[in-house]
Parts: sequence; structure tokens; C-alpha cells
Amino acid sequence: METERLLAQLLCQYQDTPGGLLPLLQDIQEDLGYIPPESIPGIAEVMNLSAAEVHGVVSFYHDFSTRPGARHSLQVCAAESCQASGGLELEQVARDALGVNFGEVTDDGAVELKKVYCLGNCACSPSVRIDNETYARLDAGRLRALIAGLRTTEERG
Amino acid sequence: MNTRYLVPRDTTAIAVGANGVADAVRTALAARGDEATLVRNGSRGAFWLEPLLEIERDGQRVGFGPVDAAEVPEILAMDVARWPRHSRYLGKLEEHPWFAGQTRLTFARAGLDDPLCLESYLARHGFDGLEHALHLPPEDIVDEITRSGLRGRGGAAFPAGIKWQTVLEAPGSEKYIACNADEGDSGTFADRLLMEADPYQLIEGMIIAGLAVGAQQGYIYLRSEYPHTWEVLHTAIGKAEAAGYLGDNIGETDHCFHLELRQGAGAYICGEETAMLESLEGRRGVVRAKPPLPAIQGLFGKPTVVNNVLTLAAAATVMADGAEAYAALGQGRSRGTLTLQLAGNVRQGGLVEIPYGVTLREVLDCYAGGTRSGRPMRAIQVGGPLGAYLHESLWDTPLDYEAFAAAGGMLGHGGVVVFDDTVDMARQARFAMAFCAEESCGKCTPCRLGSVRGTEVIDKIIARDSVAANLSLLEDLCDTMEMGSLCAMGGMTPQPVRSALTYFPEDFA
Repeated sequence: METERLLAQLLCQYQDTPGGLLPLLQDIQEDLGYIPPESIPGIAEVMNLSAAEVHGVVSFYHDFSTRPGARHSLQVCAAESCQASGGLELEQVARDALGVNFGEVTDDGAVELKKVYCLGNCACSPSVRIDNETYARLDAGRLRALIAGLRTTEERG
Repeated sequence: MNTRYLVPRDTTAIAVGANGVADAVRTALAARGDEATLVRNGSRGAFWLEPLLEIERDGQRVGFGPVDAAEVPEILAMDVARWPRHSRYLGKLEEHPWFAGQTRLTFARAGLDDPLCLESYLARHGFDGLEHALHLPPEDIVDEITRSGLRGRGGAAFPAGIKWQTVLEAPGSEKYIACNADEGDSGTFADRLLMEADPYQLIEGMIIAGLAVGAQQGYIYLRSEYPHTWEVLHTAIGKAEAAGYLGDNIGETDHCFHLELRQGAGAYICGEETAMLESLEGRRGVVRAKPPLPAIQGLFGKPTVVNNVLTLAAAATVMADGAEAYAALGQGRSRGTLTLQLAGNVRQGGLVEIPYGVTLREVLDCYAGGTRSGRPMRAIQVGGPLGAYLHESLWDTPLDYEAFAAAGGMLGHGGVVVFDDTVDMARQARFAMAFCAEESCGKCTPCRLGSVRGTEVIDKIIARDSVAANLSLLEDLCDTMEMGSLCAMGGMTPQPVRSALTYFPEDFA
């Protein structure tokens, strides 16, 4: 019910905004952690689009997901500046420490591991983002400590 | 004694510990009952010195950096006379060798004050350009921009004046200014730095563009990877509205300009101007065929100025200082200042603003300070993921658009990513194709499929499988992508691949 009320409120907010589909989907993604597939026909109707168009937008952008996300996300920058400065090692460290591959969620649903292409910290590469915080000038040891910290936060609930 | 302590509130500064330094300053001040002010300024762009702590006292301002939070109490407790002996002491930043040779125009204010303080902006000649433009007819504003020689800073380097002229002359009363803040190239952070350190300059430039072409609505399309930048811009727009710089009756004239901040959703291709317009309209970021040019049929089908953050910011400088002052800098058809971003494996990474025409090697020698790994530099990728990997034989190329293109490279948005001699160029070539496969919008087959096939072919070459035949296939594939793609994504992905093959053949053998 909570989801339906939120959707109704957001649809009301954005239905007359020019190009409002993206900000609408961003708010849904932000608030619910994903875009429920069953919400797509309703979004399409209010925004005067076909369900295929809405699905097309949802599936196009990396930021949108149609399944519930993990409680935290670890994004490791995989772009050139980080590749040049030890980023490849960090990719391996992240995989090993979390026991998952990129694009996967840990078994307990706590952390999703993702690649990101540039966080804009290239003068102090390599860089990662954990939820809304970014970290730069990292090395393997510091990334392991950050991941351990994330795990501790999780256990304390 | 009025003392100000300044610790940047910039994404990168925070990512290397600036918040911890700021907290340590607060704690140290509170402990001794000191009522000195802590200012969270923008960064000056010398990211290798971040977290930077500046202390301003009796009109003197000096810096310490990079500072660890643990060092803060001792610095604050120190006698002024002993400062110069501290290992982190930098003296006056303006006189520091890393800044002294720079020509800061667009980034003149970056890092000096709280970026959201309108009074500080006004005190440093902010809104002078707008003040000038408000009393000029649109044609004269466009003429000023044209005479300055300002070219698009996003990468394509199209003359801004001609674009504005086209929009001004396009029929219709509904026009838009769309600021491209989808800074997705690895190795670039100039847009981010400007928006976080001097957001009002971008706002001012956008209002000027609006006045010049008769647009009353602007959009900033900001990438979602910059959450902190969003907060700064969002607040800045609100304050500019409250102060009467945005909205109806700007500066008590009849002019009006509304500005809305929009967020991207993690698609590199939306940095391409037509894909960005599609995204702003709420659709998949699929590129459009040109013509029609966005200047004729852009956002919502209306005439639209699409400019990069730095171009619009520079427009404010041009209107404040005059076209001649701007055009006096630079060389050839590249006028004004270039903002290079030193990134990757460098010791002294950060933003360097200098007139066009200096060589890449001079910049590296003066500013980069060698590699962080201490190993020799081997390849430098200039201009983002679609830019060529430059071999040392090309490092003496002057940094101007035409000279760089003649050497087979591209200046693009000014990103300089340095690789040391441990780099495997076959792997980098493969990454260029894989990145294109990941980020292609899918409209053009050579880009959508060619990049996937390109990755596979390079994998075979790396595995020593029919190398000669596969190298020839790869060349063929690159030709097809270059000739058969609508935009630079497919059209220029071959650049890093070909440069790797041409200048570093030993990595493929």
C-alpha cells in the first residue's frame, strides 16, 4: 500500500513536467531502491506513454533496476585513470573481499558490487563509491578496511 | 585578530579526507575557545595538495597540504613564525610554483571562498558580465562571444558564437539553453570542480546565453555520479533565484530566465549532445541524426544552445572582460585558456589552466611531477576514452585543437591520463572496444556490434590466434565504425585502438 501511495504522489508531481519520466523514475528508484515492474503500466498510463516506452527507458540507464537492490552498493571505478593507478588491483580486492563478481549481490543481500566509469576524482585515482560517499587515493589495504567497516555496520544493524 | 581557516568541501578533497580535517579544526578551535571561522571553500584544483588547510590572518593567507587530520592540532597550536618550517607548509598558494605559471580565468575564483556565498562572488567581479549583457541587444552579446574566439569546451570545439547566432536567428519564441554537465570522460573533472567551486559563474553564463538568443528556460544536465555537485548547484540555483538573478525580472529588468537542474542516470552516451536532449525529454539516450542541428531543432524540437559547463562559464568571463582580452590569449584558432586535467599515474594531479599553444611535454614537466609509481611514463591518453594513446614521440605537439588533430589526437575536454611502463596497450585497446560495447546507445550497427566484435578480435590477437588475419580484420572493423557511426562514440572508439596498434605494436606481437 505504501508503494502505491508513493507512486500516486510521484505521478501527480511529475505528470505535467516536460520530460518528467526520468526524474519520476529517479525518485522511485531512490525511494524504493528499484522500479517495480508491475508499476510500469500505471506509469505509462499517467505519463501518456506506452508501457514499452517506459520499459525502454528503465532498461536503458545503468542507474535503474527492476529488482530490489542490496542495502549498500560498492562501486569501483573501472575507467582509464583508475586503471593507470592501481584500480585493477582494487577490482580484484573488492571481488575477493565480498565473494561476488561485478553486477552481483552478496548472499546476505547486504552489498551490491558494481563497476562505475569515472567518479571525477581522477587527480587522486583510484577511487570507489560506497553508497553516497566517494573515496580516492585508495590502495588495497584501505579498500579492505572500508569493506570491513561496511560489514561491521551491517552486523550492528 | 580575525582568523579564517579554510578546508575545501569538494568531492575529491572530501574523498581524500577533507571532512576529517575540517572536524579536527573545529575540535581544536572549540578546545581553546577560539571563535575563529572555519570556511568550507571550493578546491583550487591542486588535488595533489588536498586536503588543503589554508589559514588567513591579518590579510595574509597561507596553505598547508596535504594535511592529515592528526596534524591539525599541531598546526593550529604553532607559532606563526615557525610555520615555514612545518613539512606541510606551502606558503601563499598564488606564489606556489604549481599555480604561479597558470593563467586562471575560468578558474580565477575557484577555491578562494565559500562557493555558495553570493557576497563573495560579487566581491570578486561576479555578475559583472551579466550586468554588461543586461544592457546590450542580443546581437551585441553574440558578437562579443564570436569575437572572443570562444570554442566549445566539451570536446567538439565548435565556435560558440556561431552556435549562439544560429539559435538567435532561428524563428520562434520558445528556445532553450541546455548545459551539458555529463562529464563522463575518465581523467576529467574540470566541470565538476567549476560547479562545486564557482557555481554562480555557470549560472551567470547560462543567463547571458539566454539573453543572447532569447531563451527563457535553461536546463543543467548533471551526471548522477556527482551527488555532491548536485547539492552545491541545487543550493546555488535557489540562492540565485532568491536574490533575483533567476526567474522573472532579472536584475530589475524585463528579462526573465528560469533554470532547472536535471540528473543523468548513468549513461556515458548522454554526454553526446543529442542523446542528452533525448534524455532531458525523458527518453532513452539514443543519439539523433544531424541535421537538424540542435540549434535549429533541439530540446522539445525548439532551437537550443547546447554548451558544456566550461563554455558557458567562459561566456561570463568574456562578457566581463571583453572579447579582446579573451582572444589575446592562445594561438591559431584556439583562443583563450585551456583547462587541462592531469590524471592517472601522476604525482601532482589537478587542474591546470593555461593559454592554448604550450606543448604536452612542457605541461608534464612543469606540473605533473612524474608518475606516482616512480616509473617512466609510457603512454598518455588525452581527450577521454575516445582519445588516442600518445606515444612519447608525440608529446611535443602543441596543445591546440588543430595541431592535436593533425598529430592524430584530440584535445577533447582536456583530460590527460598518464600511464607508466607497466601498461599493457593491447589490454587498453581491448578496453576501448569493451567500453564502447557497454555504453553504445545501440542506434548504429557498426558501434553496437562492431565494438563487441572488436573486443572478441582483440581477445584473439592477445591469445596469439591468427594474429595477422585478426589484425587486418580489426583494421577493417575500425574503418567501418569510423565511417558508419552517427556520433563520436562509434566514430572515435577506433582512435585509442589504432593509436595503440600504431605506436605500441610490441604489445600485440
